[in-house]
Amino acid sequence: MSTSIPFIQNVETDAMASAAEQTRPADMGDDFRQEAREWIAANFPASLRGTDNAMSAIEGPGDETPDQRKWREAMGGKGWGVPTWPKEYGGGGLDRAQARIVQEELARVGAYNPIGGMGVMMFGPTLLEYGTEEQKREHIPGIVRGEVRWCQGYSEPGAGSDLASLQTFAEDKGDHYLVNGQKTWTSGGQWADKCFALVRTDKTQKHAGISFLLIDMDAEGVETKPIRLISGQSPFCETFFTNVRVPKENLVGHEGQGWTIGTRLLQHERSSLSGGSGSASRMNAGNSVPSIAKKYRGIDADGRLSDADLRTRIIKHEMDQRAFALTLRRAALEAKGNAGPSAATSIMKNVGARITQDRAELNIEIMGMQGLGWEGEGFSEEELTQTRTWLWGKAVSIYGGSSEIQNNVIAKRILGMLDHQ
Amino acid sequence: MAALNDEQVMLRDMAREWADNESPVTAFRKLRDAAPATGFDPEAWGAIGQMGWGGIVIPEEFGGSAFGYLSLGLVVEQLGRNLAASPLSSTAVAASAIVMGKSDKAKQEWLPRLASGEAVATLAIDEGPTHNLSVQAKVTDGKLSGTKAFVAEGDGADAFVVAAEDGLYLVAKGDGVTVTSRHMADSRSHAEVRFDNAVAEKLGGIELTAAVADRAAAVTAAEMLGMADSAFHQTLDYLKQRVQFGQVLSTFQALQHRMAKMLTELELMRSTVEGALEAIDAGRSDIDQAVSLAKATAGDTLRLVTREMVQLYGGVGMTDEYDAGLYLKRAAVLEAMWGNAAYHRDRFGRLNDY
Repeated sequence: MSTSIPFIQNVETDAMASAAEQTRPADMGDDFRQEAREWIAANFPASLRGTDNAMSAIEGPGDETPDQRKWREAMGGKGWGVPTWPKEYGGGGLDRAQARIVQEELARVGAYNPIGGMGVMMFGPTLLEYGTEEQKREHIPGIVRGEVRWCQGYSEPGAGSDLASLQTFAEDKGDHYLVNGQKTWTSGGQWADKCFALVRTDKTQKHAGISFLLIDMDAEGVETKPIRLISGQSPFCETFFTNVRVPKENLVGHEGQGWTIGTRLLQHERSSLSGGSGSASRMNAGNSVPSIAKKYRGIDADGRLSDADLRTRIIKHEMDQRAFALTLRRAALEAKGNAGPSAATSIMKNVGARITQDRAELNIEIMGMQGLGWEGEGFSEEELTQTRTWLWGKAVSIYGGSSEIQNNVIAKRILGMLDHQ
Repeated sequence: MAALNDEQVMLRDMAREWADNESPVTAFRKLRDAAPATGFDPEAWGAIGQMGWGGIVIPEEFGGSAFGYLSLGLVVEQLGRNLAASPLSSTAVAASAIVMGKSDKAKQEWLPRLASGEAVATLAIDEGPTHNLSVQAKVTDGKLSGTKAFVAEGDGADAFVVAAEDGLYLVAKGDGVTVTSRHMADSRSHAEVRFDNAVAEKLGGIELTAAVADRAAAVTAAEMLGMADSAFHQTLDYLKQRVQFGQVLSTFQALQHRMAKMLTELELMRSTVEGALEAIDAGRSDIDQAVSLAKATAGDTLRLVTREMVQLYGGVGMTDEYDAGLYLKRAAVLEAMWGNAAYHRDRFGRLNDY
């Protein structure tokens, strides 16, 4: 049901930021807030204010500046990049309220969370749940400190929406597995240190023949080949495994448990959307859709956007975004209360994708030809970014379970609408 | 569901139970066919009064419980589920105008009676077929004159909260007040109300009119939420039992995705409606925006769900015997009441300075 989910935090950040604003933090946890504020003031390099997490940059991490490194090491050492993970593996050991305070205090000074990526959002929580004590001690601290980058080996050329048809085979060779096959849409595969992969250990059973295996990306027989996208970017790879030896201790859970663990991982990803590891970057008033429209299209005598049809669609989009922010907030509140997770969480993916794509479509429409520049002279940085953002955004309703797959999930699991009998 | 306190959970469950047991859709049908002059069932209204729901936004010193708008919304939502023909929303919002107003006399005289359900009140603001806060009604020497259109629950109201050029007034039924029924598609009480030098007690200025209209829109959105949720689930249940081509309809993916899409919109709708009610309770400075967001979203979503309800029921959805038409007709009225989606989108844009 899933392809790789790259950089999904970027999709959610704006909505989460406004959700945080709507929440209007009360004066609870004052002591801890003070402590967090002081620690951030002492450790966050002022030069990084308002910049973004290098690990979430779409073209890869690049080279860290000394300040970026200092900030990553500080947050990694404190464990606040993953505030709610257990202290024994290096996590922050905070409760959700405290984690929220850290997040707010980071946002207050324009500081990003330097600890991110798939290790934080998806693999870490899953390993904490299913891993052995040895596996947790080996893999969690590297994620907490932002030193080890993980990628996801799920999709294959013949296994997209129908993920369980995957064919990459891990043959039992006694003390190790011999892995052969091809993965695709491996986000950040060319920069990753390790890969959590779904592999087939039994060819006779579809779901029950799948296992969850950890593979070193620098092992012999692992090759990556970046895929060039319509946006010109190459955030994904094809990953080839040719006779790759993987030690048995890299199996998470037991053989055949891969589907259970792999889908559980996707739930972690979903819950991370509704309050957890958010980055500080946010849409500021200067580049909201209405402000871009005002700048490019002008206003009428009443101060309204002059193109009435466009104005209506912009308002619809802004309201949609506001409604989504309120829904994220509601889902977070309900998850805290005793009502348990509600149906609201299941719709996040589709609405988030819709909002991201609507925003980009509106922006290029507003800018006209100026919003379709590819590179070079005649276009501002902002304009060139719009083009790429618009094209990249088409991935959002495809990856992580396409919108159609999400609708299947909603219909079947929430609404109880079953398949043909 | 918003994060509710114990009181609110109890209130909601009680309202749900009462609505299901005492006021199912069949009760509305009965009322529609009996067509009493007041437009509501006095026995049901008496029960609502005894349960104290009329006083949910009235302070305790005047016989209310002061639970707030989220609580009122929870009750109205449950009634909306079953299309309960109750003057609760209009009475509660009219009461809120008196509560927020500056007339002690009006508070003493009316609030205890509205809280107990002894009296029914309503808002008389709009003067035409669409919502518009700029009005012609005038007050001279304490006497109000003007004509109000489509006053909900106007047939049975004992008191009217009336918008005039310079603000909001309270007018009791009686001399100078002429009520003429307007029979509309939803079979509920609506009336043209003509005021001809009727004695009027001033409650507040035009800011109060705007604030009360926002509360009316928010509470209406709560009724719409209940309707949309119920219409959706009735449709879902129908798809799960109707068999064609040897399969229940709910197994067809084309229909599954339409239902998934509706659920998605319903979840957003719930967030905006509860968000508006919470904004009012919190006295936030952006109540107007929160309300426009809620009413526009509610309008679009209820429209989607009720139109799909008729379509997905198919032929029987067109018959009076089935309930789909009842939801459709009430939905269209509530979509228009207190500003339709287009009105509130425009207002949202203005409030945000674009």
